[in-house]
Amino acid sequence: MNIKQNPSGLQANGFTLPLSLSINGKQYDLNIEPRVSLLDALREYIGLTGTKKGCNQGACGACTVLVDGERINSCMTLAVQYQGKEITTVEGLAEDGNLSALQQAFIEHDGFQCGYCTPGQLCSATAMIEEFKNGMPSAVSPDVASEEFEFSEKEIKERMSGNLCRCGAYVGIVEAIQEAFSNKETTVAHETFYL
Amino acid sequence: MYPFTYIKAKTNKDAIAAIGSNTNAKFIGGGTNIVDLMKMNIEKPHQLVDITSLDLKKIETLSNGNVKIGALVRNSDLAYHKTIAEKFPMLSKALLAGASAQLRNMATAGGNILQRTRCYYFYDTATPCNKREPGSGCSAIKGYNRMHAILGTSDKCIATHPSDMCVALSALDAIVHVEGINGERTINFLDFHLLPGDTPEKENVLQQGELITAIEIPSSSFAKNSTYLKVRDRASYEFALTSAAVALDIHNGTISNARIALGGVGTKPWRAKEAEQSLINKKATTENFSAAANVALKDAVTYKYNAFKPQLAKQTIISALQMIGGNNG
Ligand SMILES: Cc1cc2nc3c(=O)[nH]c(=O)nc-3n(C[C@H](O)[C@H](O)[C@H](O)COP(=O)(O)OP(=O)(O)OC[C@H]3O[C@@H](n4cnc5c(N)ncnc54)[C@H](O)[C@@H]3O)c2cc1C
Ligand code: SF4
Ligand code: FES
Ligand code: FES
Repeated sequence: MNIKQNPSGLQANGFTLPLSLSINGKQYDLNIEPRVSLLDALREYIGLTGTKKGCNQGACGACTVLVDGERINSCMTLAVQYQGKEITTVEGLAEDGNLSALQQAFIEHDGFQCGYCTPGQLCSATAMIEEFKNGMPSAVSPDVASEEFEFSEKEIKERMSGNLCRCGAYVGIVEAIQEAFSNKETTVAHETFYL
Repeated sequence: MYPFTYIKAKTNKDAIAAIGSNTNAKFIGGGTNIVDLMKMNIEKPHQLVDITSLDLKKIETLSNGNVKIGALVRNSDLAYHKTIAEKFPMLSKALLAGASAQLRNMATAGGNILQRTRCYYFYDTATPCNKREPGSGCSAIKGYNRMHAILGTSDKCIATHPSDMCVALSALDAIVHVEGINGERTINFLDFHLLPGDTPEKENVLQQGELITAIEIPSSSFAKNSTYLKVRDRASYEFALTSAAVALDIHNGTISNARIALGGVGTKPWRAKEAEQSLINKKATTENFSAAANVALKDAVTYKYNAFKPQLAKQTIISALQMIGGNNG
């Protein structure tokens, strides 16, 4: 039996595998059991606690991260399946200390209250805007074979339905996404206050 | 979750050999169902064979016009694919109505077909369940059964098959391609899932270690005029209470071909062939749609908390047919 001390002090007591994950542009070498979810690997083994565990069963979206730019629920998958992929967590959304336009818009529109769902909302919305720009339809799009949709409140709500917010900050979340979508190019410098 | 060993297969043959006759080994695709069930200690494999590197991610149109979908095509890619959205809109719509964008980016076509029921007693290891523990009894029949099936049930199990995609696949007469130690074979989608009968733990006709490699959808004259309508407790990110995948071929107001399949009501993806037949050579009118809906639900058996389902299912069928056949008379 291979007993391995991990960075956060948790013990793995089954058989471990060497694993290298690329997260926010940095390489992390781990030795973990295959049963460790990607979410637990991020939080408990690597110490990137921005990504949150809500339900741990795919039903809330708090654990949303980006894999090669696409959104997934990190709780519903095994870390060992993600070797060789580029993972982005909420910690990787800002660039050179500048919040992304979406992060800034969440602040300006009160897109959160307690903030627990926010890392998931931010990762999810970041990918959602790309999906929309790439012409991918949703369940409320009038014609699934067309690439022309309106970035309406209805579309945003459906496309963001995989992220629950117990505080009910939905109005601010939708507004923030609308604003970030219309000024995608502007990256706003953050103020120290928000750090 | 119990510990297990993990290997990533490089070829179909490797994957099949890795499982072989080991009944404690399982494939893992997107993981969105099996990881969940392993966390709950409902699935307890000793070995997982990761199939996500296999070359089963293509969607191709065959020379006969049929469309072949690799088993590892993700639900999102399948829904967005132009050929699917144009030729089989009901399939795109069924996929987009399922789960969330995050889950659809993980879930594979093969895994979706094999996803297990969402019956809450099946998930609750503290309660009896014939599907989880054969012979232990069914907690749902006399329990809280609001989400449960009304068609195809037995006195051993009344759980629904939860997939939306599968409802469309049954309407489209899909064919499942599988590969095992004894070679390749095909299975008609309508024969793929089993009714619970006396053995609810046996859910499909796959043999030990068989890998789903592809799903083939025959070309058809009717599928272009098709849709999927799903009714649920909230507008999104929820399993169906009732759903209908429907297609109509209408010439001069008269129906020459029809497809009706139902979700949320059957113990397997439910094809309503008799209801389809009742529409042939009839006018596309609400009256005829309504008569067909009655035929589709005529054998429904309800339980204490789901007596609302037959009527809801009928309305779902009628509304879906109106969406593609018009709201006439
Ligand atoms: C919160 C939540 C909400 C959901 N909502 C919906 C919904 O509204 N509608 C809906 O239809 N679905 C819904 N789903 C279910 C989801 O669609 C399935 O979990 C998913 O399709 C399974 O695919 P997968 O690739 O992740 O399967 P896995 O979890 O990887 O595998 C599932 C099973 O299939 C087997 N398997 C996988 N691929 C193959 C193959 N190629 N050959 C042989 N065996 C294979 C595995 O061994 C395992 O037993 C929801 C899931 C969650 C968690
Ligand atoms: S309905 Fe089926 S799955 Fe649910 S408790 Fe009864 S036997 Fe188990
Ligand atoms: S923690 Fe992953 S979806 Fe809730
Ligand atoms: S801000 Fe509290 S859960 Fe969303």
